[in-house]
Amino acid sequence: MRAFAYSRADSVDHAAHRITHDAAFVAGGTTLLDLIKLDVLKPKNVVDINALPLKRVERLDDGRLRIGALVTNTDLAHHPEVKRHYPLLSQALLAGASTQLRNMATTAGNVMQRTRCPYYRDAAAACNRREPGSGCDARGGLNRLNAVLGGSDACVAVHPSDMCVAMAAIGATLTLSSADGEREVAFGDFHRLPGDTPHIEHDLADGELITAITLEPPLAPAGSYYLKLRDRASYEFALASAAAQLSLDGEMIGEARVALGGVGTKPWRCPDAEAALVGQPAQIATFERAAEIALRDATPLEHNAFKIPLARQSIVRALREATRLARDEGKQEGQV
Amino acid sequence: MNDLTRPRVIGQRTPRIDGEFKLTGRAGYTGELHAEGMLYGYPVPATIAHGKLEALELDEAQAMPGVVDIFHHGNFDTLHRSPNSMGHGDQVSEVRLPFEDETIHYHGQYVALVVAKTFEQARAAAYRVVARYRQASGAVPSLLGRDDEGLPIESEGSSRGDPEAAFSGAPVKIDRTYHIAAESHLQMEMHATLAEWHDGGRRLVVHESTQGVVYQRNAMARIFDLAQEDLEVISHYIGSGFGNKLFMWPHAVATAVAARRLQRPVKVVLPRQQDMMSGGNRPASRQHIRLGAGRDGRLTSVIHDSITETSLVDRYIDSCGSATPSFYACDNLAVSQRILPVNHGTPCPMRAPGEVSGIFALETAMDELAVELKMDPVELRLRNYAESDPESGLPWSSKQLDKCLQSAAERFGWDKRNPEVGSMRDGDEIIGYGMASCTWFAGRQPCQARVELRADGSLFVGCGTQDIGTGTYTIVAQTAAELTGMPLADIEVKLGESGLPSGPLSGGSMATASTLPAVAAAVRDALDALKEVATGNGGAFEGLSADDLEVGQGGLSHGEHRVSFAEVLKTNKLASVNGQGSTAPGAEQNAYSFRSFGAHFVEVRFDPGISRVRVARVVSSMDIGRAINPPAARNQVEGGIIMGIGMGLFEQLEYDPRDARLINSNVADYILPTHADAPEIDVELLDYPDFEFNEFGARGVGEIGLTGVAPAISNALYHATGKRHRDLPITIEALLASS
Repeated sequence: MRAFAYSRADSVDHAAHRITHDAAFVAGGTTLLDLIKLDVLKPKNVVDINALPLKRVERLDDGRLRIGALVTNTDLAHHPEVKRHYPLLSQALLAGASTQLRNMATTAGNVMQRTRCPYYRDAAAACNRREPGSGCDARGGLNRLNAVLGGSDACVAVHPSDMCVAMAAIGATLTLSSADGEREVAFGDFHRLPGDTPHIEHDLADGELITAITLEPPLAPAGSYYLKLRDRASYEFALASAAAQLSLDGEMIGEARVALGGVGTKPWRCPDAEAALVGQPAQIATFERAAEIALRDATPLEHNAFKIPLARQSIVRALREATRLARDEGKQEGQV
Repeated sequence: MNDLTRPRVIGQRTPRIDGEFKLTGRAGYTGELHAEGMLYGYPVPATIAHGKLEALELDEAQAMPGVVDIFHHGNFDTLHRSPNSMGHGDQVSEVRLPFEDETIHYHGQYVALVVAKTFEQARAAAYRVVARYRQASGAVPSLLGRDDEGLPIESEGSSRGDPEAAFSGAPVKIDRTYHIAAESHLQMEMHATLAEWHDGGRRLVVHESTQGVVYQRNAMARIFDLAQEDLEVISHYIGSGFGNKLFMWPHAVATAVAARRLQRPVKVVLPRQQDMMSGGNRPASRQHIRLGAGRDGRLTSVIHDSITETSLVDRYIDSCGSATPSFYACDNLAVSQRILPVNHGTPCPMRAPGEVSGIFALETAMDELAVELKMDPVELRLRNYAESDPESGLPWSSKQLDKCLQSAAERFGWDKRNPEVGSMRDGDEIIGYGMASCTWFAGRQPCQARVELRADGSLFVGCGTQDIGTGTYTIVAQTAAELTGMPLADIEVKLGESGLPSGPLSGGSMATASTLPAVAAAVRDALDALKEVATGNGGAFEGLSADDLEVGQGGLSHGEHRVSFAEVLKTNKLASVNGQGSTAPGAEQNAYSFRSFGAHFVEVRFDPGISRVRVARVVSSMDIGRAINPPAARNQVEGGIIMGIGMGLFEQLEYDPRDARLINSNVADYILPTHADAPEIDVELLDYPDFEFNEFGARGVGEIGLTGVAPAISNALYHATGKRHRDLPITIEALLASS
């Protein structure tokens, strides 16, 4: 293996001080080690943050849920607070990767995971994200897996996370720590669109560490559903996925949240589609209109046009299922 | 005891004798072996698919920690090519030697081999080798999407009657073209070689994960100009090989050269990416099928024209039409085969090579004909049932396809199928029922084996074939146990060494039928030797004739007088007696045609609202002769069914259309079925021993389970959606168009 310096951080301050542009934090290592072995990432310093006290999940007084950066995907998916109040997040986590990977992968690591664009992972291919200015082999190549939303001439790589799609729908805040203290960033502002600078993937500065992600209070009574569409039944990144959450006011939709995965260059919240749902009857025609709106700016490449109707299908079905669950929830509340 | 028509061990559920070694990690696979002073090699793959290597800059790599040497075109040994003859047992997978010249023919072709003290050091340095290329225009990325005619392969053709006239005059016609993407074998254990020279570079021992130790020994002897006796190829445990380990690849040659030059053992384990780029693939195919039939469904013409890919450095022929002439009773038939060189690593046999592709096209076309005729697809197949082999004119040794169709249909519940498209629903899902017949030829190779009966009470069997994970060790032991009455625990089986009596390739579903007769002959020869001792001077049965002695329970007996094999030997102060067996196919080959047959019935569930298809259920019946170890045989069919789901719905090697670079050379982006994709599978093995084929009645089972699965899926999808899928894999893109 290419040599790098390895150290363990024993405090957040300590960790943050170690990080420069040629360094990387390692937690679960499920992305980083892979990409080092492929000669795609070449950090000179690797700072192991697994000893940091960032493994708690706690309900705050204001109803929000604060998740430590190092909580594993497995622990988070099965956490009683998450299963009870954020089943959408639990579903999304369990739709991702494999048991073995989820046992290693962490919450912040999941937020920071790299794209699966094949040209990004092939050190011999042109990729502006990996090597600024080298070009984009995906745009004119085999781009079945690439984005139809949020792409630029420079980059059309998909953000591959399932967890982040649920978080985008739920609404969340990231806590970033550095030597200068803490700051908070809204989840939707954290990941950047590629634009002309696809190598700048997020809002994290050198010397900053994600220490927590805090979820908005859950909608209630509400139904939610995460639907991931892919070729095979398991262990594959989404071709299109939808996270849907809504509350009902009789037969009408109260609040609604929709986010997409597998189609965007970042976890893709769909505010216009949400607006088209609110106050409308909870029925298929409404969901289809919302789906049309969500994909109305989608731009297909040569091999991924199918993602547009597929994403629409994922929205309609996820909303239908969320509605069914919201009705069940409503019935249960009524019984109590 | 010698009566194999009523066996006691053969045909019985038998735990694998090597199972404990595998479960406890004591089975040494090539990649895990270590030799004193061993170095590690890591190949540098070409990053272009077509062009010229203009320069290699090695300074940085050379200076990396642990690097010992770097081999490439500029410093490689001058070697000889293998004659590459199947008949002479020295066939190789790619006849071009590594680093032979500077022309690049495919993405992943080796341009250098870095050798270092550790694997990680070798890999790190390999990344620092800078190769400068001049890319050539005109790379051929795939057969698919082109209409090239390719090169005709006359040897693979077949014809009878006047198929063109019969087709044009047929009342009902099907005229369709089918495409199948290139696939990767993705065997669990990557290609691996450990090469070690002895006696000052005069003798070479190679550990290789191979399906043919003898073939590799023979080929390496030609390449290195060594006497066969000075070369040994060893492969005790193999983490599968679906055909891509039948014949040697260039990495083994590069490894052996490095070991000779450095005078140290060298091991190379291909990384998965390189295994997929340069370690074999099933080539893409385009097949044109024309069926002519009467209104009664009887075929009057079958025309099957295929073209498959080969590489620019070898000629591989994936003979798609080879089962077609024998499949259905039809007087007018033509089969042709062509190949097209493309810029890929050389294709090679992959489980049921050729036939599985051809059967997809033929059995989908038959379903299209059934739809055209409004006839039940099972009935259509029975109307065209070939009672003898229409290709050879010979009777079948044993053919129970009608029973397969009947039994599988019954267990599946085919009678509940409403033939109307899209008529069967369950919630969001449309249910589709589809079926296909399948077949694989039954072949047999010459084989030799050696047996020792030992005074310590054990029996040794050795044969230069190999167990690729299918259970050959166990069935060889079962054979010895059957014929001697000894417990399996007292039988030692050694396979996977080229120094053992010459055994067959583990391929073509031929290992069982080839190996067991030779093992039986060797056991009998050893028993004859033992009887000679027993009845001779000072023997335990002195004065009796060998014919007076019965063999059973590990001993010889005459009436009430019973003496164990060990005691017989000890009585005459012998350590052991020896037996040799050598068998080959014989006159039966001119009297019968030999094939296995089967039928798959598949239920798919298609959810048009989300364009999702899943295979829910597969019910299969297989006519494979006798299963020597039924659980192992069933496991082969089940594995074939899962592989067929991959072929039908998921698997394709994706080459960039601009430059023929392979872009999905990993197991995340190349989509294989997972456990979650595995349906409920019900496999029945019909028990009709084929004693015309060999005394064991076994025809082999490694490949047939895969054939027929993909067309049964595509036929079921048609039943669900009314859209005919003629291209594999059937992707979500294609499914979206049917919702």
